[in-house]
Amino acid sequence: MTPLLEIQGLRTVFRSANGDIAAVDGVDLTVPRGRTLGIVGESGCGKSMLSLSVMRLVPPPGRVAAGRVLLEGRDLLTLSTAEMRAVRGGQVAMIFQEPMTSLNPVHPIGLQITEAMRAHDPRASAAELRDRAIAALERVRIPAPARRYDEFPHQLSGGMRQRVMIAMALACKPKLLIADEPTTALDVTVQAQILDLLRDLQQETGMSIILITHDLGVVAEMADEVAVMYAGRVAERASARDLFGSPQHPYTLGLLGSVPRLDEDRERLLAIEGAVPPPFALPQGCRFHPRCPFAIEACTKAQPPLEAIEPGHLAACIRAPVESAVELTP
Amino acid sequence: MLRHAVQRLLLAVPVMFGVLLVGFLLMQVVPTDPAVVRAGPNASAEIIEAIRRDLGLDKPLWLQFFLYLGRLAQGDLGVSIINNVPVAQELGTTIGPTLELMVASLVWSIPLGLFLGTIGAYWRGSLIDRAVMAISVAGVSVPVFFLGLVLIWVVGFQWQWLPFTGREGPLWTWQGLRAVILPAITLGGVFVGPVARMTRTAVLDVLGADHVRTARAKGLPERIVVLRHALRNAMVPVVTLIGLQIGFLLGGAVVTETVFSWPGVGRLAVGAILSSDFPMAQGTIIVLSLGFILVNLTVDLLYGVLDPRVRAA
Repeated sequence: MTPLLEIQGLRTVFRSANGDIAAVDGVDLTVPRGRTLGIVGESGCGKSMLSLSVMRLVPPPGRVAAGRVLLEGRDLLTLSTAEMRAVRGGQVAMIFQEPMTSLNPVHPIGLQITEAMRAHDPRASAAELRDRAIAALERVRIPAPARRYDEFPHQLSGGMRQRVMIAMALACKPKLLIADEPTTALDVTVQAQILDLLRDLQQETGMSIILITHDLGVVAEMADEVAVMYAGRVAERASARDLFGSPQHPYTLGLLGSVPRLDEDRERLLAIEGAVPPPFALPQGCRFHPRCPFAIEACTKAQPPLEAIEPGHLAACIRAPVESAVELTP
Repeated sequence: MLRHAVQRLLLAVPVMFGVLLVGFLLMQVVPTDPAVVRAGPNASAEIIEAIRRDLGLDKPLWLQFFLYLGRLAQGDLGVSIINNVPVAQELGTTIGPTLELMVASLVWSIPLGLFLGTIGAYWRGSLIDRAVMAISVAGVSVPVFFLGLVLIWVVGFQWQWLPFTGREGPLWTWQGLRAVILPAITLGGVFVGPVARMTRTAVLDVLGADHVRTARAKGLPERIVVLRHALRNAMVPVVTLIGLQIGFLLGGAVVTETVFSWPGVGRLAVGAILSSDFPMAQGTIIVLSLGFILVNLTVDLLYGVLDPRVRAA
């Protein structure tokens, strides 16, 4: 069976005075059906631009310059505007980081859900849409959905708003849900509830999820597959078990090292020195080498390709597997 | 919502009092003596003194003001000192034509301004956008009277397409409608530019908002994204501006009515001031200020309609 979504060689650039700047630079990813792909990385690594590229919602002056985004074999990048509109919300839906600002403050939430339904089903009657919207609110476990239907976003808590966003996104039963930092702006307890909800809904509907986050804990809990992004490229890709069990890219190692753990008695957390280079000032060679403790001369020369270390486990590092690198480094 | 409305209404009371006070004092600082005007050029000093007593002008200023307020409370706006016609009656016959002119001006200029501002924002930086900006700058820069005179000269006089002097009947008659076109273009013309500019800025702002991205991610057609999610949200600042501008429109009405001999409150005000007809001038100030206050009150109440967060507050 073909995967639900295949991203091939995706390159998203922003025009600037000094030529095009790539926010996403040659990314290949696969989202299997009914599973969750986690995309992890620090801010500015291109993960949000990647998801907006899939939706073809990259804000100008940005644009997708190259690559293919195949949804069930159909390249979304070649669709007409009208065809793409049918895909958005219909087959691929998206929820965003800020439930506060992602809902329109001047319209009742009921309208905001039904308008999404109407866009993909223009013949449905108003009464039918209302019933379906209330059912959608119920499905995301919002209490008293019929009453909430007429309320405005400011009358809801942050967690409730994110539930409304999810109800809206799932209103037309999409095959793929892109969740861009869905819990970052929420309290920890609410975070857990939202993640549980997403997992339950995935089981009910069989949809695939792309979960974008900088939070490794969230990925560990939710994702089947993980892609680690760094400076617009995929640094490592593996099943969640392999990635957390035997990380191969030094950047992944660094990320894992910076997660506090209860089962280890560590004095200090390891932090990766420095910051993600901005897209207009990328270093030569491997983009991570200036921050990499394992970097050698060859790392400054050429960009390492994303290669299989083991079957299904890919890393873009010439020092991989890292076990050998660790032995070599005194 | 109701509390909000009552609050606003109560706030309008002191504003109205201030307007009456300033209107009254303005008439006092004018160097012309109403008694002299009333008496005519050849009156003797005794007659002028008698008239002054008769008009109550010999009483202390504060007493005059309270007597004036007392008469106002009874609906008595006084009598013209030029032709003895009650001010209230004169205002009653001129307010209709002024309202007609305002409506005829706003009914095309607000939608046009909203439209131009929205397409300018949507196609920001394009030729359309630059054309919109050019139109609005031109609209802001051209004085009302100049636009009126040009229209009279070209459309009315040279081409003889439309009448340009006076009102020729109610708006719903063919004659009346034809007669209002040129004044309405003149008065509305100064309105299009500011509305377009403000709309463009506000819509541009909203178009970058997260919820507009959400609307697009839902697969909504651009028409709905722009109208329901951008323009609708941009209406709060735009309505504020429209409210303020209608105040200026009242001033513009004075000029437009004079240029087109439109029998409205504005022209009445100009006539009264030029002939030192104090009660009449005060009456027109009251009516125009009341109009301003009512517009502001409407804007305040519209906030509640436009933004549900205001309703709750």
